[in-house]
Formats: sequence, C-alpha cells, structure tokens
Amino acid sequence: MIDIIPPAFIYLIGAFILPIIKNRRAQQAFVLLLPVIAFVNLIHMPYGNYWVYNFLGFDLVLGKVDKLSMLFAYVFVIMSFIGMVYAIHIKEYGQHVAACLYVGSTLGVVFAGDLLTLFIFWEIMAASSVFLIWYQRTKSAMSAGFRYILVHLAGGTFLLAGIVIHATTTGSIAFVLFDIHELSTKLILIGFLVNAAVPPLHAWLSDAYPEGTVTGSVFMTAFTTKSAVYVLARSFPGVELLVWLGAIMALYGVVYAVMENDIRRLLSYHIISQVGFMVCGVGLGSELAINGAGAHAFSHILYKAILFMGAGAVIHVTGRRKSTELHGHELYKKMPVTLTLYMVGAFSISAVPLFNGFISKNMVVAAAGELNRPVIELMLHLASIGTFLSISLKLPQGIWFGSQKGSDKIPDAKEPPLNMLLAMGIGSFLCILTGIYPKLLYDLLPYQVHFHPYEAGKVVAMMQLLLLTLSAFWIYIDKLGGEAAISLDTDWFYRNFGRALLRFCNEPLNQIRLKIQTLSSQKVAFLSRLSQNPYVPLEMFWHIVQGKTLPLKDSVNQAYSPHIYRLPIGVGICMSLVFFLIYGLVYLWLV
Amino acid sequence: MLKKLRFILYIAITITSLLGFVFPYKHPHFWWQKIPVFDAIFGFIGCIIIIIFSKWLGHHWLMKDEHYYD
Repeated sequence: MIDIIPPAFIYLIGAFILPIIKNRRAQQAFVLLLPVIAFVNLIHMPYGNYWVYNFLGFDLVLGKVDKLSMLFAYVFVIMSFIGMVYAIHIKEYGQHVAACLYVGSTLGVVFAGDLLTLFIFWEIMAASSVFLIWYQRTKSAMSAGFRYILVHLAGGTFLLAGIVIHATTTGSIAFVLFDIHELSTKLILIGFLVNAAVPPLHAWLSDAYPEGTVTGSVFMTAFTTKSAVYVLARSFPGVELLVWLGAIMALYGVVYAVMENDIRRLLSYHIISQVGFMVCGVGLGSELAINGAGAHAFSHILYKAILFMGAGAVIHVTGRRKSTELHGHELYKKMPVTLTLYMVGAFSISAVPLFNGFISKNMVVAAAGELNRPVIELMLHLASIGTFLSISLKLPQGIWFGSQKGSDKIPDAKEPPLNMLLAMGIGSFLCILTGIYPKLLYDLLPYQVHFHPYEAGKVVAMMQLLLLTLSAFWIYIDKLGGEAAISLDTDWFYRNFGRALLRFCNEPLNQIRLKIQTLSSQKVAFLSRLSQNPYVPLEMFWHIVQGKTLPLKDSVNQAYSPHIYRLPIGVGICMSLVFFLIYGLVYLWLV
Repeated sequence: MLKKLRFILYIAITITSLLGFVFPYKHPHFWWQKIPVFDAIFGFIGCIIIIIFSKWLGHHWLMKDEHYYD
C-alpha cells in the first residue's frame, strides 16, 4: 500500500520532471521508463478503495480499484508504452509532456472513485490532448484544436452541472451506478457521451484526429473515447438509449468512412464505428455484453493504434495525407513492412479469425443475440461488413496500391524510422497473441467468461461474411476510390454558427457599438467641458433671456479662464448688500 | 495475377459455403442463423448496400469541395 502511488501521478509527476532532463538520450529513456514503472505499479495494486482524502466534507477517492478499472488501466499503460516508442524520435519534448499529462489524467479518470476527482482529471485530459493537435502547427490544426477544446469544455460543463446538482440533491459525490431518470445524471450522461463521440456529439473526433501530429494522434485514438466507454460501463450499464445510440453510431462511422479521402479521417470514422459496438454493449448491460464492451475496448486500442501508426508512417514519409494523392504510386514496393503491420491491424479490426477483433467484437454481437435483439444484431453485423470494406480493402488499395502511368512518383518514399516500425510490431504481436490465445484477455474481464469464440460455426460464418464482402468490393472497386472532396458532418452546425456569430459581432453589432460610443462620448465631452466651466449655463440662460442666438459651442469648447468672467469690485459689494437685505427681510418676516 | 487471385477467391467462397452446411451455428438465436449460407449472402448484399448508399448520400448531399470551409 505504501510502496505504490496512484498510477496517474507517475505520469503527471513525470511530465514535470521531463523538461528538467537536458540530455536527449536520458529523456528518451525516461519517457519509456514511465509506462514500465506504471505497469509494475499496477501489478502490485490490490482491489479496494484507497487514497481517500476529505475535501469540504466530501471524500475524494483516487484509487477505486476493481476488475473493470484494472482492465482499462492495463491497456492504457500498454498503449502509452507503444505510443512512446512510436514517438521517441520526436525532438520536441513538449509533445512528450502533453502525452504524459494526457495518459496520466486518463488513468486518473479510470481510478476515480468520486465525481469531483473524475471531473478534474477529465478536464486535464482535454486540456493536455489539445496540444497534441496544436503541435502540428498548421493553420487547419490550430483551428481544429480550438474547436476540439471548445467542444470538450462544453461537454465538461454539462458534466460539472450534473455533478453539482447530483451532489446538492443526494449529498454524495460517489462515482457509482446512476439512475438515468434524474436530471443530474442526464447531464452527466451528456458529458460522457461527448467524450465517447456519440453522434451527433461526435464531430470533434473526425475533425481533430486527422489534424494532430503523426505521433500525437496515435495517443489520442486510445484514451479519450475509451475512458468514456469505461465511465459509461461503470455508471450507466443497461440503459436502453445506449443500445440504439451504439448501433446507430457503428453504422454512422461506416457510412462516412466510405466517402472519406483523408486517410486518418477515414480511420477516425472507424473509431466512432467501433466505439459504437462498445456503447451498444454497455447499453445491453448483460454480463456477456459488458465483458464484450471491455474486451473490445482493449482490442480496439491496440489495433486502432497500429492503423493510425501505419497511416502516420505514410504521412511521415511522404508528407501526403489523402488517398487521391497516394493512390497509384505503388508504395507497397517501398514500404512492405509498414503495409504488413498495417494489415495486421486491419484484419484485427475486421474481426478476421486469429486476430483480436474476432474474439472481442463477437462477444457484443452474441450478447445482442442472447438478449433477443434481432435489429441490433443485424445492424452490428452490417457495421462489421463496412469495417472490413473500408479498413482492410479500400484504404490499403487507396494508399499502397494502384499504378498510374506518367504520374509524379513519390521519390523518397521508404520505410519509416525503426522505432515507428517497432511500435507497430509490438501492437501487432499483442493483437495476434490475444487473438490466438483469448484467455489472456478474458481473464482480465470484469465477469467470468463463458464465451467460446472459436466455435466452427462462428468461424465459418465470419469467413463467409468477409469473403463475400471482398467479392462485392471487387465489383465496385472503381467506384470506391478516394474523391477530392470533404464530407459535411455535424460540425457544420457549430462551424457555421461560429462564423455567423463572428460576422454578426463584426458588422451589425459593431456598428451599433460605434454609434453608441460616438454618441455617448460626445455627451461626456460636453459634460466635462461644462463641469470645467460652470458659468456656461448661466451665460446660456442670460443669452436666452436677451433673445440672442447661442454661441454655445464656443463657450463650451473654450477652456475656463477666470479673467473672462471678472467683473468690477462694486458688483460684488452690491450683490452682497442685496443678499444681506434679503436675508434681513426674511429674518424679520419669520421672527 | 488478378485472375489467379479471383480463382482463389471463388474456391474459398465455395469451400466456406459448403462448410456452412457442415458446421451450423451451435446456438442460433434467430431464424437466419439457421441458414447455412446466410452470412455469405448478407455480406455480399450488405456490402453493396453500404457502398451505394454512402456514395449516393455523399454525391447528393454531404460531399463538398475541399475548400468548402475556407
């Protein structure tokens, strides 16, 4: 107990130590050491609630450790190691600092036993990950980053509002199973759904992830959405709404992916699609479904990282990010290792037998069957087809294959740096290992597993599905190529609203402001002159009595000078005598 | 090369379809899981539906010029 510290702090403290280390080799060793320390730390963490601190009468719990939180913590730590290996050649240590803060805060969310701790780490997660986009330093990355952080802060506000209402009505901030019928928990759910990228609240993901740095986006694919799946699984299992949202989301990503040209944007839509399986699993809520959601999150983090690393390697080497720019250059000849490792990820996400997607995704689909949900089962089945189509067929074809005569060759295309390949290799190894030997993963799941993925009937059915998808792809291969276009998504609303708001502020609202300002400053100028020269009103009055036109402007604009108004001394004496006379008369009359 | 691949694909489809008869689902939950080649048919039709629907949606509504937001 005393020997171990909250895993979040290993990364958070590491992020602060990192800039102090001046030697580059030492820095590299340090960022690779952090996940190792965290992993050893996790192994020694017993189940239970600890690191409890009292704050304003509430118990803050930094360590709520059970099988569910451990499952996510393990994969997050493994992923952070893979991501660090992939990014180790980056000279800018700021990116490593952002990544450490990001990973640390995600682990903070995973072990949070109360809502306040959860909220704080939730916000650090958003604030640190945005730098992984901004470090790309292009104009589009800057604006995508701003949109990303604004959406997350809005989501965070919903979450905070929910937490405050929940705390005041129930008097407790414990992070437990919630009743969906309260207003407070509905707000909390909205906050969670934003991070899970559930349509229509998902556009931040496909907007920002393709804009991030090559290495930063790899981190981003793993943590935000999957930590949201974790919090949903902990607090909202069995909510019917999630079943439908998940199934719709699985298909939503598939449909958009077919339209996409930007390779990382296509992959981003498949994050949405795959998280749909998990959200649906959480919504179904049975033991098999929750196991499936957790297992799929574990598998997904690994294979999606490989896919993003593969796409990132191509962008790193060629500087091109669209399949219309990459297709036809026969890159498979120049990057065979990258292609092979990418295909491991692609087969995993497509649930090809012997790869990890097969042993996890089918748990969710089977859970839909077990709970007698025919429509959901068919929707998820259809999404599986789309996954194989876009990731394993369309994208490799768009990136690596095709030959165009007379097109400009990509001259310096080659394999990416060794560390990038190594990171992909580690991921691929783990995908195949858990695919072949599922018990490794199944032992980590929250409930006991009675699911047998490798029943002959299931394997055959999956092979049929994949082979016939391949045939259909073959028929439509010419229609599926990338098109130089973007597809509108729900970010259209806030992008256009933002623009309209800006225009409204710049033009009509600014004109009104200018008018009001001019008018009021004229009045103020008049009053200030007036107060410098209090004779003016008297003068004005005298002029009016005499029936003269007013030389008002001049007297107002003239600086006050006592000489102008100096009268003969007799006038003063006369006025005081008149005053005394009136005073005397009034006195006599009153007394 | 492509012809060879196509030939292999045909063989593979035939084999898996036949295997569908030998190894049915152990615990079918819905009537379609009892059809031996259901997944093959569903894969083929489903894939075509996804391609056509997505492209149709894109071309008629969602796909815009790359500089749409600039």
